[in-house]
Amino acid sequence: MEGSINLVGLGLSAIGPGVGIGLIFAAFISGVARQPEAQSRLQSIAILGFVLAEALFIITVALAFVLPL
Amino acid sequence: MSITQPVAAEGGSGFTAPGPGSFELPPIFGDVTKPMVLLVLSAVVVFGFFYAASRNASLVPGRLQYAGEMVYGFVRNNMARDNIGSEHYMKFVPYLFTLFTFILVNNYYGVIPFLQFPSFSRIGFIVPLALLSWGIYVGAGIWKHGPLGYLKHATMPGGVKGPILLLLVPLEFFSNIIIRPVTLTLRLFGNMFAGHLLLILFATGGAALLASGNILYGAVGILSFGLGIGVSFLEMLVMFLQAYVFTLLSSMYIGEALADEH
Repeated sequence: MEGSINLVGLGLSAIGPGVGIGLIFAAFISGVARQPEAQSRLQSIAILGFVLAEALFIITVALAFVLPL
Repeated sequence: MSITQPVAAEGGSGFTAPGPGSFELPPIFGDVTKPMVLLVLSAVVVFGFFYAASRNASLVPGRLQYAGEMVYGFVRNNMARDNIGSEHYMKFVPYLFTLFTFILVNNYYGVIPFLQFPSFSRIGFIVPLALLSWGIYVGAGIWKHGPLGYLKHATMPGGVKGPILLLLVPLEFFSNIIIRPVTLTLRLFGNMFAGHLLLILFATGGAALLASGNILYGAVGILSFGLGIGVSFLEMLVMFLQAYVFTLLSSMYIGEALADEH
């Protein structure tokens, strides 16, 4: 088999942010379901959390292609 | 790198998987490449649109003026005022508004037919933007608190005393001053790069499967094109979200630098 072991690490690093983003939006949806008028306030907080969780994976995407084998 | 090397398909046809090499476009003329042209074009597009939208501004807005004002109001109210606070936010609205529209247009190049290259999938274009945001929020902090005052404001969380500061101060300095522009850059770059790579993969992979001559491979190729269309819609969402997030984080950092001690 050929390929870079970096890509295996890339796949592994997607697990953590995947779980994290799921939890963030689950909390966002249940928050909006309980209090629909708070949606606009919750939305920016949810997107901020989503972005911070996603950053871990995005940094790995960059490193996977930058680092040598 | 081995990622860019051709992957031999099962049937023996040489299908080259897209990699970072797909982003190295040949120059159009001289040293000018496609992303450079697109970047200049985006400045022209942004200026032209908002010039046209605000030229005949009237009390009862027309369609174009309404669209321009909606974007402006979105940046001013939802990002600048909510995060910076009603006292100083108007000073930063021009920068944030320019940033948002510029990034938005550059990202949407990825799905516009014939252009089809998000210029921010080249990291060199993002670094100056992130450094500009860094300079502005550090400058705003220094303007508000003074150089030493800002250093204290940025590195010492309020209400913490004793030896734990030895651990906290370097950590806060590292995260607030050094890492922030790096994550700003990498977030936008990574999303644009990975999204565009995905689109190339579905398109070229689908074409290679269709051209393979095997009927079953062809069916999978059609599936690949369908997935590519689905991913394009996901990408449109991501493109907007990344422009929004870059501006939101910039305004959040500015607001934090300007906040009073509490």
